[in-house]
Amino acid sequence: MSKTGRIYLLGDNIDTDQLAPGRYMKGGIEQLAAHCLETVRPDFANSVTAGDIIVAGRNFGLGSSREQAAQALVYLGIRAVVAQSFGGIFYRNAINLGLPALLATQLEQIRDGEQASVNIEQSTLTVHTLDPAAVGRIISLQRVPENVHRILIDGGLVPHLKKRFTSANN
Amino acid sequence: MSHATTLAEKIIARAASLERVKPGETVTAKVDLAMIHDSGGPRRVAPILQELGVGLFDASKVVLITDHFVPGDTPEGASILRFTRDWAQQQQVAFHDAQGICHVVLPERGHLRPGMLVVGGDSHSPTGGAFGTFMFGVGATDMAGVLATGEIWLQVPSTILIEWKNQLQPGVSAKDMMLFLCGQLGMDGGRYQAVEYTGSAVTALPMQDRMTLSNMAAELGAQVGLIAPDDTTADYLRSVGVESTDWQRWRTDPNSPVSEKHCFDAAALTPQVAAPHSPANTMDIGDTPFTEIDVAYIGACTGAKYTDLKSAAELLKNQPIATGVELLVAPASLQDQLRAKQEGIMQVFESAGAKILPNACGICAGYGTHRLAANTVCISSTARNFRGRMGDSAAKVWLGSAITVAASAIAGRITDPREFLMDGGSGGSATSNTSNI
Repeated sequence: MSKTGRIYLLGDNIDTDQLAPGRYMKGGIEQLAAHCLETVRPDFANSVTAGDIIVAGRNFGLGSSREQAAQALVYLGIRAVVAQSFGGIFYRNAINLGLPALLATQLEQIRDGEQASVNIEQSTLTVHTLDPAAVGRIISLQRVPENVHRILIDGGLVPHLKKRFTSANN
Repeated sequence: MSHATTLAEKIIARAASLERVKPGETVTAKVDLAMIHDSGGPRRVAPILQELGVGLFDASKVVLITDHFVPGDTPEGASILRFTRDWAQQQQVAFHDAQGICHVVLPERGHLRPGMLVVGGDSHSPTGGAFGTFMFGVGATDMAGVLATGEIWLQVPSTILIEWKNQLQPGVSAKDMMLFLCGQLGMDGGRYQAVEYTGSAVTALPMQDRMTLSNMAAELGAQVGLIAPDDTTADYLRSVGVESTDWQRWRTDPNSPVSEKHCFDAAALTPQVAAPHSPANTMDIGDTPFTEIDVAYIGACTGAKYTDLKSAAELLKNQPIATGVELLVAPASLQDQLRAKQEGIMQVFESAGAKILPNACGICAGYGTHRLAANTVCISSTARNFRGRMGDSAAKVWLGSAITVAASAIAGRITDPREFLMDGGSGGSATSNTSNI
């Protein structure tokens, strides 16, 4: 059972300029991450903690190919992004960096600040309401494609390829 | 028995060495060419290749172009350019340094051919689709994987056919077609599938205007924005020294299964603008509220190619820009700028009081020497007006075609370019240009 984290609920069309603003691109990821989502959620970078989960609407990560959009979320410790759909390049970038980008349709009942955990093997998001006595609600996620799952299990594309090159040399 | 197959499927099947591929299936394809730039390129991929302990899969299949940190106006940007130049020399890859924006430089230097599968380290990589090339954008780690292995996995996309029948009217351009589509289909309307543009209004366009259609497939959320090659394509390729012998083969067969089909009337299209802060906030220019502007920007791979500059200059000759409006022009490539200079187009901009900026991504992507200040209202020929992208998050960016930007600069407010075409006696527009570039 995976640890729970706080849900940050975001809307549709969160773009890569919101995740990784172009004017901070020449700096390192620490600097960029400090400005992550500041135009939609000024408190985000300061309040987020490792294991937190982003739940968003349609087309999360649309826009630029800049991988820093996903990297900033990894740097801030985001456990997974659950959305109704993703920008195609962002989706690949997230998987390549080992950040689970998970698709789901039934996200309307989720509220900001709720605690939740994800289980990729079971394709579920378990949400605990703010009332600790209540039972967690289980929301089903779309199954992660097999090749994508293999990359995620290895922790991203670089460790995945490392394994491949190592086994090729042995 | 042969199956009716889409252009996207034909290219992927060829690159994956499979007889046939089906939408939705995951395949591993060989990459014919990888394009990288100074921002997502060497500085990001070199450390990964080092960690993997491997070199380039094939240096002759890699093209490096500097355009993001050009002209090296900050110490950090200059260091990134320095690193990029050193890497180009060490790796012996094709290198175009400060020659313009990668998506425009790549075809003008003869790197693209119909039927190729190409990855680009930039989101506007679908631009290459105008040449019947399956070209799509990837991030740095994906690119490092390609550079290490020469391969990439992808899910075979279904095809969304978008037909534009009839012909565009004067003053209406490829950019208007794309803003209209963003409004109609939304920024996720492309569902990361293959958009393919067809129809008489598309085939009438010169290559650079076709590139605008393919370029903004990115704003539709498509993986690629394809246009089947034809004589216009072959002529362009010949002009840049490329002989394509098999271009006729790279087309969608009649009656191929597609996931969506849309048909629009180009003759009924009017100039379009997109209000802040999304390319999908589109409206007919006639429905725009009275909007005074501070900055008019003609720039980017989307909106400052030779054909864009030419269309804007047609309005700006003999017409001063409004007092208080700053007109900034960043030609998309050096070659386009030189051609525009030879034809007197750059002189029109200079006489109008425009400031000419480097052949680089510049303000469009939040790079370079200029930014938009808080509360500035800008009309821009670029592709994206996301909040904060071009400067302060309180700047307001409207999108329009280069000719609409020019008309707005003259009037000092967002203005329909056809107002000037009617009394200026100019019969031509970007869209009636039949030159092959």
